[in-house]
Order: sequence, then structure tokens, then C-alpha cells
Amino acid sequence: MTGADAIVKCLENEGVEYVFGYPGVAICPFYNSILESPVQTVLIRTEQNAAHAASGLTRVSGKPGVCAVTSGPGATNVITGIATAFADSIPLICITGQVNSSLLGSDVFQEADITGAVESFVKYSYLVRDANDIPRIFKEAFHIANTGRRGPVLIDVPIDVQNAEVKKFVYPETVSMRTYKPTVKGNMVQIKKVVAELTRAKRPIICAGGGVLLSGAQEELLAFVEKHEIPVVSTMMGIGVMPTKHPLYFGMVGNNGKPYANRAMNESDLLLMVGARVADRAVNQPDLITNNKILVHIDVDPAEIGKNVGPSIPLVGDAKHIFEDFLLQDFTCEHKQWLETLKEYRKTMARKRIPNPAYVDPAGFITMLSEKMEDDGIYVADVGQNQIWSCGYHIVKKGRFLTTGGMGTMGYSIPAAMGAKLAQPERQVIAVCGDGSFQMSMMELATMRQHHVPAKIVVLKNNYLGMVREFQHYNYKDNYSVVDLSGSPDLEKLSSAYDMKFLRLENMDEANEKIDEFLKQDESVLMECIIDPMDLV
Amino acid sequence: MRKKVFQLIVDNTAGVLSRISGLFSRRGYNIESITAGVTADSRFTRITIVASGDDEILDQIEKQVAKLVDVRDIRELAPENSVYRELALIKVRTNSEQRQGVISIADIFRANIIDVAPDSLIVELTGDQAKIDAFISLLEGYEILELARTGIAGLGRGTEKVVYL
Repeated sequence: MTGADAIVKCLENEGVEYVFGYPGVAICPFYNSILESPVQTVLIRTEQNAAHAASGLTRVSGKPGVCAVTSGPGATNVITGIATAFADSIPLICITGQVNSSLLGSDVFQEADITGAVESFVKYSYLVRDANDIPRIFKEAFHIANTGRRGPVLIDVPIDVQNAEVKKFVYPETVSMRTYKPTVKGNMVQIKKVVAELTRAKRPIICAGGGVLLSGAQEELLAFVEKHEIPVVSTMMGIGVMPTKHPLYFGMVGNNGKPYANRAMNESDLLLMVGARVADRAVNQPDLITNNKILVHIDVDPAEIGKNVGPSIPLVGDAKHIFEDFLLQDFTCEHKQWLETLKEYRKTMARKRIPNPAYVDPAGFITMLSEKMEDDGIYVADVGQNQIWSCGYHIVKKGRFLTTGGMGTMGYSIPAAMGAKLAQPERQVIAVCGDGSFQMSMMELATMRQHHVPAKIVVLKNNYLGMVREFQHYNYKDNYSVVDLSGSPDLEKLSSAYDMKFLRLENMDEANEKIDEFLKQDESVLMECIIDPMDLV
Repeated sequence: MRKKVFQLIVDNTAGVLSRISGLFSRRGYNIESITAGVTADSRFTRITIVASGDDEILDQIEKQVAKLVDVRDIRELAPENSVYRELALIKVRTNSEQRQGVISIADIFRANIIDVAPDSLIVELTGDQAKIDAFISLLEGYEILELARTGIAGLGRGTEKVVYL
């Protein structure tokens, strides 16, 4: 058995179904070995999207997605995808081929110091020197990636190590790492303190972040807040922690969030931040969430607690465990008036948009689309104005809402949707992007066609890089610079080139029928929606 | 701004020092000195870092370093229950008249003269940072040609806080 065979065996042992990647000489031994394996390969069209596709797969399956690329440019191309996953705490395993280990450091053809380059975007990285270490390294890598604060792990494997003989392959049953032992169970003393505050609180609120979804704590959260009638707001990464129309859910906070969600958070007297970083886009004035209130910060990563804001009660642990423990506590918390106030805010503070009837109204369109989607459908939002509209107007029923909130990488939605669709082919998966973000990933239409991945794509087309144009509108007095997308391809012709069904929606008159037609397609389909180029989020 | 001395025990993996120093540079933490050397068990390296910042930053430094997979242990070496030592090699320009003056200062500090050349000598001094700073300031009037300081190494006193691996 060679090192490459051993890598494939490790993936089989981890139950990996798909590897997203792009071959090159330095990763060829691996791609040769995988031919014999039930693990399927997906030839992505650029390496960045291999990581995004793996991320989409991870987020719906809960198992770390895997990508495998070659050395040098293959490895450097994947960095943006890794950084995106890192910022959103998505576990990934990224295997990179590397030049012969005897040549390392001599700048030979397609050599890149990838473990060095990617250091600040990975949870951990390995450079494999001995093929006999492969089983241990892969076992550790999957463990590190998918426990504690989750994140990507990179494994760089020189070609000679892939070709070397492995004496005996034994996949370890357990991991023994004395340096890495994340705390997942919350400290009972701290939990009791939180409960005492909840008993006292008049205006409690929970702000749920992506950590709640990553730990799979949606059910526990829902049970807890329904039991005590505690209102919930979420960060962008937390969208979907509970159904959008749940009476206790009060929307997304932050610069681009709902005004009533921000007001609710700011006026609370007890704020439980759970699995959220308190980063600038969600909380741009940290003092507002500490003034006149008790802040409880719950996170599996102790370093996040106190990084951006000093909490009154820090509580380290995984959201699922914490809510399970909260549910075991016997206490009452009364705050009827607070809920009435919040409902009033929700009713009166909703942002009013005046849509231009000559175009598709993105807000109205997204709401209609999400209402017609299957209950457990997966909606993947890209980055740009489209993302803000998606966050604001998509209605999560029992499905998922995926986007990149941390890094904000354009082009995320199509590969991520592809990964999600491969992970759960029975679910409806829709990528919604702008014409800018679409063109960052449109090469993946070929991957979808080749591997028969019938994800649905919506392109909100305004011929502008809308988010930047909007920024220039507000900050540069409409001096638009380098935001005009008028060279864009004809999407109808493009769809036909990739054998995709194409639909165009020019205004809201036909939205109802066109969305129905879009959703009923079994094959991949692209819908172009013409939106007002001057529209603002 | 406060100064804190941290003791780290880390796995002796390739690149562990660059992971730690990279963390300090990308997060903008101030590092005053860093020393590293293998422990009695060659699988592990002991690193002593002197860092400065306000309380929040020092707290973040401790948490962020602890988060690194290769780091087994990080703790503060608080001045009241730790010892710190630094080694300095100081090359001073001396002619025959000046030589004795430098030697007598060195004697007061229990420093050693480890090299003598016709126009210079090298003093070896061990002590905490304050002692070394004091010695250097006493050399005012002499020309220091070269100065090499190791940065501090430290240990906690007694057996209470020994990290057993």
C-alpha cells in the first residue's frame, strides 16, 4: 500500500463520499488511488470553489468536506476558499499535493510553501514527511476540524510520500492529543449564574450566531426559548436557527439587519450571545450591548469571549450542551410586557421599501421564492446587495440558509449549493447571487453539468457591482468607479451552452408563474431577474 | 501597558515557533523577548515570552496562544513566585587604562570576563533584566561595541506549578 492508497483509505474510514478537487502532477498518486475507491471525485473548475463546495457539503451534512488539489498554483488558489471556511468556522479537510520532499525549499516548478501561506486561515496544518504517519494525521485532522471551534485543516503531502510504501495501515480508533482538548460542556457554576440572571431579568434576549447551527443545537434552542418565552435575534451566520416566522424570532441584527432586532438587543437587560463573535457587522458599537445590561457570552472558543467585548458572565462550551443543561434547570422567567414591546417594534419598525414596478423587486421576489420553496429547502446566498436582500427577506421554514458572513467571499453560492445538493440530493437547493458574484463562479456550471448536480440558480441582474455602487453612492457622491458590469454575457445563451433551462423575469407581474416553473424543474435551471440598477438595500 | 512573562510548553513540531510568532505579528501583539529551548523531555520545547499590552490584550494573548494546537500549556510566570534570568554578552572597547575600570564594574555585578583583546573585552553577565540594564547604564563613558542579550528564561518557584507532561 502506498501513501496515496493510505490517504484514500483514511477518507473511506471517515465516511467521506465526495472529494472536490483539481488534479496536477503533485497530487496524481492520490487521484490514481481514488479510482479504486467508492469515494467519488468531483472535478471543480477552479480550486477556490473546491473549498466552497466542500463547505456547502459540510454545512448540511455535518461531516467535514474534503478537497484535494495540486501543489503550487493549485494550493494557492484554494486559500480564499479555506479562509472563507475559517472565518465562518466551517470544518474542512484540504489535501494539497507537494513537490518531492527532497526538493522542498528549492523553488522548483509548482512549489509553494502552502502550510506557511495558509497558517493564519487554518485551524491546523500538517506537512507529511513519513507515509506511515498518514493514518494518525488524518484521524487527528478530522478530529481537530470538527470539534471545538470548527475550522479547516490542511494536509500537505509531497509526491514521494504519496508514492512511498506504508508498512501497515491501521486507522486509529481514537485520537490521543494531549495539547488539544476543547471544552464543550459548560461549567455548572456559570450555568447557575446565568439561570439566576434569567430569573431576575425583565427584558431577556438571546442573540444566536453560527455556532448554534454548527453545534446542531437548533432543537435545544427552540425547546428552551419556547419553554421560557425568551425572544431571539440572530447574526447573519445564525439565520435559520429558528423559523423566520416563529413568534419569538425577531430577525437579524447588525448594520444590515432589522432595526427592531437591533433595538431589541440594545434595550434588553440580559443578553445571551451564543456562538457569535460580536464582530463589527453584527455589533458595530460593542458598548451598546454592555451598557445597562448583563451580557452573557457563550462560545466554544474561550478566545472569542472578551475579544471584542467584556461579558459579565463568560460561559465556555458548545451551544448544544449548554442548552441541554439550561433545559434541565428548573426556573421561571416572567417578561410578558417585554414580548409585547418587541412585537410592537416588529410591527412598527419594519423597513419600508418602495419598489420600482418596472423591475423585479428583489425583496418581494425573495420572499415569494422562499414561501414557495419546499419547507426543508436550502437557500444559499452569495455576497453583495443580493446577500443583504436574502438575509432580510428570505423566510426560513425548516430548511437552511447558507452564506458567508465572515469573509464575504463573492462567488460562494454556486459551488456551495453544488456541495449541499450532492450531500442531500433529495432536498431543494437554490443559489441566489448577483451578476457580479455569478461571474466569479460561473465556470462551475460545467461541473454541475458534468456531475449532474441539479442545483437551481437565481441571478439578480443589475449590471452593477451593486454593493460597491451603493457604497459609492453614499460615500463618493455617485462617482461610480469600476462597478459597471456591462461586458457580462447573455445568460440565456450561456445557459443553453451548459444545457440548462433558462427563465427570465423582468418584473413582478409574472413572478408567481415563473417561480413555480423555476421550482418544478428537475434539472438545473437558471433564472435571471432584472432588478433596478439604482436599487439600494 | 503592563508586561507579563508567559511560560509555554509546546510540542516540538516543525514550525511551532513560526506559528507562535506569526500569531503575535498578525494580531499586533507586542513581544519584548522570546526564548526557546528543548525541555528535559526532547518531545517538548519550553518557550518564555515577555509580552506587553493592556489587561485585555494580555488576556487575549494567553487565550489565543492556548488555542494553538501545538501548545500544551501556557501560564503566567508572575514576578512574586517566579525567577527570571537573562544572559548578556557585552563587548566594550577598552585600552589598557580603561580595562581595569570595566573589570571592577564587572566584579561588582559578579560578571565574567570571557574574552580579552588588545582593544576590547567581552563581559558575560547573568541576571534579571533590571540587573543587566543597571550594568549597561554603569558602562556609560565606555563604548559598547556589541551587545547580545538572550531575552529572559524563567521558572516558577517550588513544585506547586510544575507542568507534568
